[in-house]
Amino acid sequence: MRSTSSTTIRTRRAVRIRAAATVAAGALALSLTACGGDDDKDANGGSGSGDKETAASVTLPKLDGESLSVAAVWTGAEQKNFKQVLAEFEKRTGAKVTFVPAQDPIINFLGSKIAGGQPPDVAMLPQPGAIKQAVDKGWAKPLGAEAQAELSENYSQGWQDIGKVGGKSYGVYYKAANKSLIWYNAQVFENAGATEPKTWDDLLTTAQTVYDSGVTPFSVGGADGWTLTDWFENIYLSQAGPEKYDQLAKHEIKWTDPSVKDALTTLAEVWGKKDYVAGGAKGALQTEFPASVTQTFTGGDQPKAGMVFEGDFVQVNIGETKAKVGTDAKVFPFPAVGDTAPVVSGGDAAVILKDSKAAQALATFLASPDAATVHAKLGGYLSPNKNVDTSAYPNDVQRKMAEALLAAGDDFRFDMSDQAPQAFGGTPGKGEWKALQDFLKNPEDIAGTQAKLEADAAAAYGG
Amino acid sequence: MTPASAAGAPSAPAAPKSRRSVTGTRKAVAALFLLPALVLLGALVVYPIGYSLVRSFYDQSGDGFAGFDNYRALFTDDGIRTALKNNVIWVVFAPTVATALGLIFAVLTERVRWGTAFKLVVFMPMAISMLAAGIIFRLVYDQDPDKGVANAVWVGVHDTFAQSSAFPKAHPGRESPLRAAGGGAFITKEPVRTGQVVTLPLVGVAPDLMPDDAERAVAARPEDGKITGTTWQDFTRGKGVGKLGGVDASELGYAGMKIEAVKDGKVVASTTAAGDGTFTLPAAADGAQLRLPADNFKEPYNGLDWLGPSLVTPAIIGSYVWMWAGFAMVLIAAGLAGVPRELLEAARVDGANEWQVFRRVTVPLLAPVLAVVTVTLMINVLKIFDLVFIIAPGSSQDDANVLALELYRKGFSEDRPGVASAISVFLLLLVIPVMWFNIRRLRREVRR
Repeated sequence: MRSTSSTTIRTRRAVRIRAAATVAAGALALSLTACGGDDDKDANGGSGSGDKETAASVTLPKLDGESLSVAAVWTGAEQKNFKQVLAEFEKRTGAKVTFVPAQDPIINFLGSKIAGGQPPDVAMLPQPGAIKQAVDKGWAKPLGAEAQAELSENYSQGWQDIGKVGGKSYGVYYKAANKSLIWYNAQVFENAGATEPKTWDDLLTTAQTVYDSGVTPFSVGGADGWTLTDWFENIYLSQAGPEKYDQLAKHEIKWTDPSVKDALTTLAEVWGKKDYVAGGAKGALQTEFPASVTQTFTGGDQPKAGMVFEGDFVQVNIGETKAKVGTDAKVFPFPAVGDTAPVVSGGDAAVILKDSKAAQALATFLASPDAATVHAKLGGYLSPNKNVDTSAYPNDVQRKMAEALLAAGDDFRFDMSDQAPQAFGGTPGKGEWKALQDFLKNPEDIAGTQAKLEADAAAAYGG
Repeated sequence: MTPASAAGAPSAPAAPKSRRSVTGTRKAVAALFLLPALVLLGALVVYPIGYSLVRSFYDQSGDGFAGFDNYRALFTDDGIRTALKNNVIWVVFAPTVATALGLIFAVLTERVRWGTAFKLVVFMPMAISMLAAGIIFRLVYDQDPDKGVANAVWVGVHDTFAQSSAFPKAHPGRESPLRAAGGGAFITKEPVRTGQVVTLPLVGVAPDLMPDDAERAVAARPEDGKITGTTWQDFTRGKGVGKLGGVDASELGYAGMKIEAVKDGKVVASTTAAGDGTFTLPAAADGAQLRLPADNFKEPYNGLDWLGPSLVTPAIIGSYVWMWAGFAMVLIAAGLAGVPRELLEAARVDGANEWQVFRRVTVPLLAPVLAVVTVTLMINVLKIFDLVFIIAPGSSQDDANVLALELYRKGFSEDRPGVASAISVFLLLLVIPVMWFNIRRLRREVRR
């Protein structure tokens, strides 16, 4: 089971959405344009981009004969869809792009490639920390003027900023994950007569209604610590606000801060209530994330739980059940605990490793709404690009998630535990993961949890 | 010159002279032949050990000399201390239990007709990789009795003796006349009077989980000199509570719910609800509070927390024994085959019973084999990693920690290669005496 769970961790890290919600038509159209003979077309000059795409909003240079390589950890449908985006780029510029499949953690993979003298031209890096690492090591090259222009036109300041290191833009956040979602079993809600909540209090009422109907309200994948940190992050972001969130992420305020106490108290309103968590705390602590999703969407009228919290990638695991996303499995944004609903996100940024005209052009293209629209139509993809028409998304669920992500504007925040040192925010049985698991086991011990979090954080950030 | 003399070596008279030259040749040739092995050994074994040793004296980045800091961390870090403690448990229990089981299997299979087939079955787990065995046992120990065999058996045994209740999740809804009475029971807030109709609405039981004899709930009629009432699931599927505290059309009665009338802490009357949820209590209950005792709501027994903090290490040791008892059995059976039959026969003739033969003759004769098996398993156990890594869920990985796992975590997920190297050196030190013991024993065997 470990093997699956570690893939999940990676799934989250790299924010991979493998949902094969491919729209056949879109895929077909693209594969037609992508198939052979595009060289000839491009020989006819820039008209190639002119006659086909009326929506072409970005001008790309002619790059006949140039070749590029792009490294990313994506596999399966996700990789296939991304290749279609690359094909579109090939068609417009005449360059040849190869996809280099990489392994997690991609930063180590790139390290060996660079040591071997053959870095890919562009790589998709998942965390802001990884971008910084690449810049510090001198691997990443800053974005050129065209890419910058495209970036500032299409991205909100927040998304631009997390791609920056030392004031210079290095990363184009091409792909995003929305981790502020609660998925629910539509049948359970219907049986209970429950409605989608907008605020935390509503959520508690909904949970009580579901509980009264005879179904446990929440499924928590507590064996994987990261689902627990995501719970905390959503509550904290909404309750304490983005500024405090940033300070806590950098450990500028301590975990013994009253705001953390408030967030944990709020969290205990769900975790600490008898029968609110499937299997009780002990059962939840042995439930891995994939199982926490599947047990919510199997079992007919009597699933183990009615709701499960996590990001858009939950779709992948729903795909393993018979439930259909959009009809049997529905989703609502994480309710507002404070004034506004939180949006905690993840994402993959395109970073240039070998500076060239072609690499810059690809970064420019990936920053444009054109690339994102192509990808959005194929499904399983969210773009942080605000100029992507949400009608491009293939279904309502996808659209809803994308809209929630964009609606947050600059108030979205990147996953806090991913920003923390690995020893604190990313090691099974250690640091934040372990502290929150203990908290799930004993939700009354708020002060003790805070003290433990602070002690671990101090050790990890200090050393 | 040497090759020529070597070629001439066979000529008998020149023996002393040629032997000297042959010795010379031998050294060169020996070195030549040993070289590939030495290079491989050096590059793959000696160099990494040496480098780990050096690395263990440097800090996290590998640039600054850290002295004994990493080793100090080794004995002050809580995680490593747990790992050390668990390793001791492993080394003490896993090899002994596996060897003991192997001995029993070996002795017993010698006696049965289908011994070989039995041995084959016991040995089979050895053919599975540790990883696969780990995945199997992760499922065996699953908390959910519907998935985990261990808990399925345990719950099955438990439920044979103690039945679970019909309404495990029932609880008072909003504005309920009931309150919790501690220990899982519920009690009315107000005392009841004769002639009164009492409503005891609860929520939280799904319609499909209701007992089979549950019928549509009916509001009770008042009766003189008696207390009547209804207890039912005050929740309509798809509609919510409906009329709060009132019986709605499709709501089901709690068939078989036990009700007690309590006056001054004593039970004065008790009854059980009918299929439609109605119940009647005699006049004796006048002025009492009605209590729904806790055994109505007992949670179904969910079995043991195999992979919880306290049982996780024994559980994983169990899976290890499952794998390695076969290995011990095969070695011991081979040793047993070499035990002279006459000695056993002689003991039997002298009137020893089977237990005495086993205890006084077989085991002492097998002692060297048993020692080798135990020591081999000890070495094996010291480096145990995969089973722990796979079986322990993230939440109890810390409690199941062993040195090799801590090494991996420190080195690869926490990025503290210095400490990880120190752990590896420490592990090496632990293995050396056991190895030395094994090699010495082997030498003695050969000499004999």
